Amino acid sequence: MTRFFSEDHEWIEVEGDLGTVGITDYAQGQLGDITFVELPAEGSTVGKGDSVSVVDSVKAASDVYTPVSGTVAEVNGALADAPELVNTQAETGGWLFRVTLSDAAELGALMDDAAYKSYVESL
Amino acid sequence: MSEYPVTPDEDEAEDLAPLTLPLDAWHREQGGRMVEFAGYMMPVQYEGIMAEHLWTRENAGLFDVSHMGQVYVSSEDGITADLEAAIETALPIDLSTLKLGAVRYSLLLDEEGGILDDLMVTRWKTGFYLVVNGATKWDDIGTLRELLADEVTLNHLDESALLALQGPKAFAALERHAKGEYPLSALTFMKGGQFTLGGVDAWISRSGYTGEDGFEISIPGEAAEDISRLLCGEPEVKPIGLGARDSLRLEAGLPLYGHDLSPETSAVDADLKFAVNKRRRTEGGFPGAERVIADFTDGTARRRIGLTLEGRMAAREGAKVFNGDQEVGIVTSGGFSPSLQHPIAMAYVDAALVAPGTALTIEMRGKRLDATVAAMPFVPHRYHR
Repeated sequence: MTRFFSEDHEWIEVEGDLGTVGITDYAQGQLGDITFVELPAEGSTVGKGDSVSVVDSVKAASDVYTPVSGTVAEVNGALADAPELVNTQAETGGWLFRVTLSDAAELGALMDDAAYKSYVESL
Repeated sequence: MSEYPVTPDEDEAEDLAPLTLPLDAWHREQGGRMVEFAGYMMPVQYEGIMAEHLWTRENAGLFDVSHMGQVYVSSEDGITADLEAAIETALPIDLSTLKLGAVRYSLLLDEEGGILDDLMVTRWKTGFYLVVNGATKWDDIGTLRELLADEVTLNHLDESALLALQGPKAFAALERHAKGEYPLSALTFMKGGQFTLGGVDAWISRSGYTGEDGFEISIPGEAAEDISRLLCGEPEVKPIGLGARDSLRLEAGLPLYGHDLSPETSAVDADLKFAVNKRRRTEGGFPGAERVIADFTDGTARRRIGLTLEGRMAAREGAKVFNGDQEVGIVTSGGFSPSLQHPIAMAYVDAALVAPGTALTIEMRGKRLDATVAAMPFVPHRYHR
């Protein structure tokens, strides 16, 4: 399994052609208390960079962009009753959706863990 | 990820580099996340909006609101009939019923009765003390200068800081430090007096913007850090940011200028009739009086109301409100209520649809959210009357 990061603060963990997407711990810290997560429809086709999900915090709503193209295979149903999982477990149990990749080459444009860390430090 | 700002029009007014206020370093030391607001760097949160909000409802929160404009209106001869008449020319207030130390909510109106700002007016011994919104204070001072006779002096108290201590334990915390001619308990809601806090002169009024019992405290800017440390040294008190200030005032049903109030809204459609004092509703003699008096008689096409939403998705400012397929209004403030654990909103809707219980929908990101007209405040006020 390999984990990649986007400049928009999404993470994607890839196993075979299936990627699990969430927002990073840094991102949840910036957003504050998350009160609602709007998820994409299972089976929908998404293109890299599309706004496919919205994370609502007490103060604002924020778009989440898919870091890869593909088809939405599954969404995290636990977030309907417990959106705060995105705060408490941003990079584990607070994942947002799984996508079946249509172009694995897109992963090449993303950062690895070390690169993302230094990216965040530069902000 | 990209964030939609909550308060877009507060920010766009200022192209200049943000200014800093007396507590800037203290906020940073307390872990405050600083953002630009009304032209100043201000703390939006410390430990988190939800926790700060709930802390204020249960204990006491200290808010720095030094960005707001404090203005002293006086004349050479103290409070005279001419001074009162001049202020009544500018505001729809009845000063004959405003006693010494009393605080009253008022509105600054344009010639068409549109709301230029909302403000607090207090009678001091020798003049009147006004508190206006931060983003509008420069325009307000200009407007007041034009409206008030030349004999009237306007002093912008820009060396003063303004703190708010809010919550059910605010009294207990403040009482330990407030010294004056009479005890702090002599103040009831919307009354103020002169005290000292930690040896520093402070004007304290029992008022605020959260719906809770609480106090607003005007002190010299150079003393702000010491007083903040003193108050936050009390076990009931934590510093609270602008984020929770917004969610608290929304639950309390209190409108926010630039969002729920604007020159396109009036005293009557904003449901702020009480801000036009009784005598002035017949006598007039203030900017926009003709329109305001007509609104009292004829009613208005729309009205500010509260909405409670189903589900957890919040409606935000600018969202359209529908009755069936018909567009009937617009959301002016909205968010998730930390106390109630569901979304709430303020909106302007057709006057025929303002009865509590009326079922409406709100369009958000292509979805229709079910909403019900609700009496405000959403969370009961707990003022000490």
